[in-house]
Order: sequence, then C-alpha cells, then structure tokens
Amino acid sequence: MDKQSLLMRLFYNDRGGSLLLGLLGVAIVLVPLLNLAVPEASMLHLSTYTVTLLGKYLTYALLALALDLVWGYCGILSLGHGAFFALGGYAMGMYLMRQIGERGVYGNADLPDFMVFLNWQELPWYWLGFDMFWFAMLMVVLVPGALAFVFGWLAFRSRVTGVYLSIMTQALTFALLLAFFRNEMGFGGNNGLTDFKDILGFDLQSDATRAGLFVASALALALGYLLCRYIVDSKFGRVVVAIRDAESRARFIGYRVERFKLGVFVISAVLAGIAGALYVPQVGIINPGEFSPLNSIEMVIWVAVGGRGTLYGAVMGALIVNYGKTYLTGALPEVWLFALGALFVLVTLFLPRGIVGLLNRKRADA
Amino acid sequence: MDPHQNIAVRHARRRYWPAPAILWSLITVVALWSFPAYSIEELDAAASASDISIEPPAIPAAATAFPETASASESVLDAAPLDFSASVQALNAANFDAKEQAINTLVALGDERTRAVLRALADGNLQYRKSDDKVVIVAEAADGYQLTDPLTDSDLGRVDKRDVKKISINNRLRIVLREAIARLSLSSQRVDVRLTAVEELTGNLDEAGVTLLESARINETDKDVVAAMDTALALPKLNAGDSAVQLRAIEDLQGSLLPVVRNQLTALAESTTADAAVRAAAKRAVASIQGELQFYALTETIFFGLSLGSVLLLAGIGLAITFGVMGVINMAHGELIMLGAYTTYLVQQAMPQYLEYSMLVAVPAAFLVSGLFGIAIERGVIRFLYGRPLETLLATFGISLMLQQLVRTTISAQNVTVANPEWMSGSWQINAALSLTYNRLYIVIFTLVIFGALQLLLKKSSLGLHVRAVAQNRPMARAMGIRTEWVDALTFGLGSGIAGVAGVALSQLTNVGPNMGQSYIIDSFMVVVFGGVGNLWGTLVGAFSLGVANKFLEPYSGAVLAKILVLVFIILFIQKRPRGLFPQQGRGAEN
Repeated sequence: MDKQSLLMRLFYNDRGGSLLLGLLGVAIVLVPLLNLAVPEASMLHLSTYTVTLLGKYLTYALLALALDLVWGYCGILSLGHGAFFALGGYAMGMYLMRQIGERGVYGNADLPDFMVFLNWQELPWYWLGFDMFWFAMLMVVLVPGALAFVFGWLAFRSRVTGVYLSIMTQALTFALLLAFFRNEMGFGGNNGLTDFKDILGFDLQSDATRAGLFVASALALALGYLLCRYIVDSKFGRVVVAIRDAESRARFIGYRVERFKLGVFVISAVLAGIAGALYVPQVGIINPGEFSPLNSIEMVIWVAVGGRGTLYGAVMGALIVNYGKTYLTGALPEVWLFALGALFVLVTLFLPRGIVGLLNRKRADA
Repeated sequence: MDPHQNIAVRHARRRYWPAPAILWSLITVVALWSFPAYSIEELDAAASASDISIEPPAIPAAATAFPETASASESVLDAAPLDFSASVQALNAANFDAKEQAINTLVALGDERTRAVLRALADGNLQYRKSDDKVVIVAEAADGYQLTDPLTDSDLGRVDKRDVKKISINNRLRIVLREAIARLSLSSQRVDVRLTAVEELTGNLDEAGVTLLESARINETDKDVVAAMDTALALPKLNAGDSAVQLRAIEDLQGSLLPVVRNQLTALAESTTADAAVRAAAKRAVASIQGELQFYALTETIFFGLSLGSVLLLAGIGLAITFGVMGVINMAHGELIMLGAYTTYLVQQAMPQYLEYSMLVAVPAAFLVSGLFGIAIERGVIRFLYGRPLETLLATFGISLMLQQLVRTTISAQNVTVANPEWMSGSWQINAALSLTYNRLYIVIFTLVIFGALQLLLKKSSLGLHVRAVAQNRPMARAMGIRTEWVDALTFGLGSGIAGVAGVALSQLTNVGPNMGQSYIIDSFMVVVFGGVGNLWGTLVGAFSLGVANKFLEPYSGAVLAKILVLVFIILFIQKRPRGLFPQQGRGAEN
C-alpha cells in the first residue's frame, strides 16, 4: 500500500482531523508570513509575542493529544503526564544550558551558572553529552519513554487499574516534583534552567527563530496527530479500545493486555516528552513547577473539555482552555481558578463527551 | 408510594439523626476530658519552670495552691509586719550597700513573697512609682506597664512607662541576688521550684554554692531533688586532684544525662593529667551515658514518627471513609481539611480573649463547616457521578480549586497565623535528654480518640450499620428499606467533617494557607491505599508505619528524599499487593 492511499484511508472518516490538519497547514504558512513579512504598522501584523503564545498552545495541544491516546482510547487516566512533559523539557533545557557556554553570568565554559554558584567543580555524569543536539533529542524521547516503560511495566503487570493507577501516576509526578526541587539533584533546584541564549546556533530572542519554533511545533502536532490516528485505526488500536471497554474479555480472548497498555502508555509518554522539548525554548524556562500535580490534572481537563477519544477534540480543548486561561489570568486573575474549577464540574456533569460530543449530537439532531 | 415504605423511611430518618450527634458529643466529651489535665497549678508550674518572666503572676496561684504556706507567711507578717514592707521599700535605697542590707534582711525574714520580689529586682521588673516612691512590680502591657503591689499582690492598675523608674543594681548585687534567690528557691515548699534551682546551679557552683547545696541536701526529702543535688555536688569533684574522690564522683554521675556532665566526663576521659584508672572509669561512664542517650534518641524518633503518623492518619481517616467505604474519590478532601483549619482561625478571631478555650469551639465548628460543605458537594455533584470514579475525581478536583480560590478571595491569599493555646505550647521534659512537645503529644492522643470514636460509630451505631450495608451491597440495602441516598449524604458528611477536625489539629502544627490542602491529598491517598481500601485499621497501621519509616529515614537521607523514598516504596508495594496491607475480604472486594 503506498503512502497516498494510507493517508486517504486515515481521513476517509475523519472530518475533524482533516479540518485540523488543514488549519495547521494554513497556520504553518500564514503565521510566519504575517509575523516576518508584514510590516509592524500593518493591521495584519502578528507580534512575536503572539507567535510564541500560539507556539506554546500547540505544544500543549500535542501534550493533550498524547493524553487522549491513553485516556480516550485505553481508559488509563494518567494524572502524571506533566512528568513526561517536564522530563522532555528538562532534556531540552539541559542542551540549551550547555549552549550558553561562556556567556553565563560567571563566564564558566564548562559549568552552568547554578553549578558554579553551588561550588561544583565538574559536570555531573548525567550532564555529559547534552552539548550535542542529537544526544539531547535522543534523551527527549528516551527518558520519558524509559520512565513510562518502567512505571507501566510494574503497574500493568500487577493489574493496577482505574483510580488506583491515577493516584499512582499523581504520586509519581509528585515525587519527581520533590526531587527536582532539591539543589543536589543538579537540575537547578527551585529556579530550574533558564537564561537560554540560542538553539542550534540561532538566537532564541530573534523573530525568525520564534517563527521557526512555531513551525516546528505545528509540524510536530501534525505528525503526532497522524501517528495517533494511524495507531487508533490499526489493529493494535482496535485491541486497545477493546481493552478500554472490557479488559477481562480482551484478556480471555488471548491478548496480552498489559503489553498493549504498556505500548500505548510509552508512546504517549514519548509524545508528551517531545511536546515538553518544544515548549521549553519558547517559554525560555523549565522549573520543577512543571511537575506539580495541578499541572498534570489541568491537562486532563483540556482533553475532557474538547472531548476524549477523538484526538482532534483534545487539540481543540487544549487550545480553547489555554486561550481562556491567558485571557482570564490577564483580565480577571481572581476568576481564573473559579472558572477552571467550574469547568471541571460542568464538563463532567453536563458534557461527558466534551465539545465534540455536543457538536456531534447537534449534527445528529439536524 | 405505598404507606409501608413511608413508615420505613420515617423510621430510618429518625434513626439516623442521633448518629452524628453521638460523634459530636463524643468529640466534645473528649475535648472536655483532655482539659482537666491542664489545671492551673500545672500551668503555673510549667510556666515558672520554663520562664522566669512569668513569675509575678505566679504568686496568687502559689498562695492558693499551698494554703498552709499562706498562713505561715501571715504569722511572719504578724510578728514583724513593718519589716517586710519596710525592707522592700528599702530596696529603693540611694546606695548599693543599703540595698544589699535590705536584700539580706528580706532573706532572713524568709517570707514566701520575697522570692518574687528578688526575681523582679534581678530582672529589672522591680521599679518605683515616681508620684509616691512606692516600690512596685511591673509587667509589660499593651500600653505601658501593669503594676502589682509586692506586699499584697493586688493590682495597682496600668501606668505609662514614664511614671515609674527602675531600681538599679550593680554586678555585685546581681551575685548577691542570685545566691539569695537560689537559697530561697532551695528552701521553697514546692518541689519543682527546688528542682529548677538545683538545675540552675549545676555546672556553675562556686564555694558558697557548694555549702548552700550541702546544707540544703540534709533537709531535702524529695528523691529527685536529692539526685539532682548529688549530681551538682559531684560535678566539681571531677576536677579534684585526688583520684579516689574523682572515682567516687564518676560513680555518682553515672546515669546523669545533663550535657554539662557528659562534656566534663568526656574531657576527663581525654585529659592527660588524670590517673589511668580515673580515665578508664570516665570512659566507661561516658559510654554508658552515650548508650542511654541513643536509647532516648530512638524513643524521640519513634515519637516524631508517631506524631507524623497521627497527622497522616488524621488527614487520611476522613478519606478512608469517603474513599474506602463509599468508593468516592474526593480530591477536595485536602480542601476540607483546609476549611477546618480556617474555621479554627475564624473562631480565634471571633473570641480573642478566650484563646484557651477556642479549641473547644473550633472542633465542633470545623466538623460542622466541613461536614456541611461535604454534604453540599455530595448532593450537588458527586451523587450524579456514582459508578464513574474517574469523572468523580475530575469534578471534585474542580471543587478543590474553587474552594482554594474562595478562601483566597474572602480571607487572604497569604498564610494566616493560628495561635497555640497556652496548654498546647511548651514541652514535657521527661529527662535531660528527652522532651516531648505538648502539641504533638496531644495530637497523637486526639487522633487516636477520633479514630476510636469513628470505629465505634461505624461498628455500633445504626448509621454505621447502614453505611456498611450500602457499601457492601447497595441494591440489597435499598431493598431492605435503607434510604441509600441519605446514607450516602451522611457518610460523606461524616468523612468531610472528620477532615475538618483534622484541619483543627493541623492548624496547631503547620502553616494555614489556601494551598495547605494540596500537600495532604497525596499523602492521604497513599495512606489509605497502602493500608487497604475499606479498612480503617489498615489506615491506622499504614499511617503510623509510614510516619515512623519516614522519620527513621530522615537522618540518613534528608526530609525530602525520605518522602520520595516512601512514595517510591508505596508505588512498589502496590505492585506486590495491589489491595494494600489489609485487603478487604468477601464479595464486595471484587468490584
């Protein structure tokens, strides 16, 4: 089967997905154009701030996609996906840290500023290799993947399911939060990693780099979407859905349930790690706050708002909720937590299938 | 609806109501029961033992506590009524010699009030009123000084600080005073005063002190005071030239846990001038002291562990009901704890002059506030989500965010300070090496009492019976005429109310702020999951073992790493035993 027909088959029944990819394609062309080519005085000009904000939303969308893959299709409600996101982010942050070189405040070519500040004499072994981009990218994929593999292997093998698993994932990210707060860990402690200068030789402050990062995020989201769509439409994906709906039955039929679960969980964690790696250069900092259980659970609400088990719903939910967050925290900071809390309650009570479910019902009624 | 069912419903309703009332009254009884333990005498004893500056108000308590003393001093007053008051007035003499004379006269008179006067003089709290030169005892007050008459101990009202002047003393007088106070204290009627006086003398005895102590020892009757005196007297002999004296002193000092004793023994063991036998004996004594200290350190660690465990248990016990018995994931549990802590704060704000009794009000108030919030949450949200645990988790998490913001907007985004009542501050000094802080001690006891009350409620009351019935088989319970909806609401209210009570206790230990709930939610879930869902005893064992394990790890790994290790341990433990330490037995367990 050639590539063309595979794509055709993927989108045969996926109007939401086609729309999403179309919009992403338009954004990839239009956003850098409006930012770089259109003069600043023009009405149509997009400020670099907006471009970065949009890029950040797209990384969140990729994260939501990863979460939807495990929650919507496999029924694993992970409250610890922020951990994978943050680990990917830390791997990228370590690369960016090494790129600073002698331009740090202390001018030490070998050691990042915070290590000089802590009087460390040499780079810890786990920082070695992070001055190479390819190695850092490998770690972006490997570290979250390995953590998900170990955790998932232990959890699924002993059949920890449902709420127990959710609490365990939350404990996981909580433990990492505490660990990364420690200065002795060698990841910058409370302050995390920041003050980045450039990535692959491009200045992180320049408009062109920002636009480039936006394009990279959009591409990653598009590819991530295609991958997820491919997975859920494959035979593997069908088994995963079967496990979600009737785990014992799938096991009795003869499927090794834990292997399927583990596979989905690891893929999802890797996607989350990539999202984190794209997130860090755009916001310019990574600190242990990203591990906070609140962050992880906020991601769940993006997916719930959009509609789980649809993939594009998760993307939509991430964009809508985060736009709302940016707007409310700016305009009415007091209201944001009320709004977010109310969103949790209202969506679970009245919109169990999210906005996508609402639209589908409207369409079915009409 | 048929009439029979109606009757059953009415029956059921009538039977439910007493249940929360039982728990509430139990809690109140417990709180009342714990109060007599801090009677005025003990408070005063603790105060005078720990803090000299609270001395002046101690006089009336001493007088009421020891009526025979009061009459004794009256007879002295009768014999020489002018002398005491005249001598006190003479303390305000122009020159220091006259003051010393006055002090000596006062000591010779042996009046029970003298000690307070001399202490006040030593602390600079004995002053004279500029208007009529009357000598008074002052205490810091909000706007100036609170004056007390040293003669009659009556209140002389409040004055501006400029209306009185301090009676000055010099270094020589300070030494005289110290000795005079020690002498008076050693002959005091109260054991604790004598003991404190001996302890203050230990390690800095001069020749006069030795004679003083030796003469006091002859008449001493209390065993503890005699032992303390022996220690104090033996200590200077360690440096005697005669090795026989030294050996005897070492023998006397065996078993003393005072740091000064250990330091001097260590110095002797390492000294080059002392005899070999003396050095060996000193080394043995140090080793035995070291062993004893280790034992007490172990005891202390266990106590800290139990204290942490009781905090975990308090936080987890409400969750053990809502999660363990009802199967409801309540992520707002931590916020219900927070509401309890804030209720304590508001109660204290409402009755600032009755701080000592604020806990009595706060415990039922917090139970009610959190319980009502819990019932509202159950009726408003959770009941629509039964059977959908993941959705329940999300919805209650939303509620937790709203509750946090509610506190931030209505009270403050900053932490608030909740005061410790007098009887909860300070510590119980068991010996020189071991002291247990009262607030932790009481919280351990309080937790166990709450736990017991809850067990009773669940095992012996009709509400408990219905709760267990609904938890085991909802349709069957309903078929038997139990109003499951009522049971759900009350159970959830009960679990939430206990979270509120936990908040009252935690407000005495940690910071109270809008985020405090979040730090307990994961811990509480861990405790419940570790102990085994649906099993209160499991929660108890789980909480205490995790608390103790945490405190034993801390010295080796640091507090944060200990916590991480415990979390990782639980994650691994759940792999081996997914249903916790004490899994639920029977049919209900399969769901």
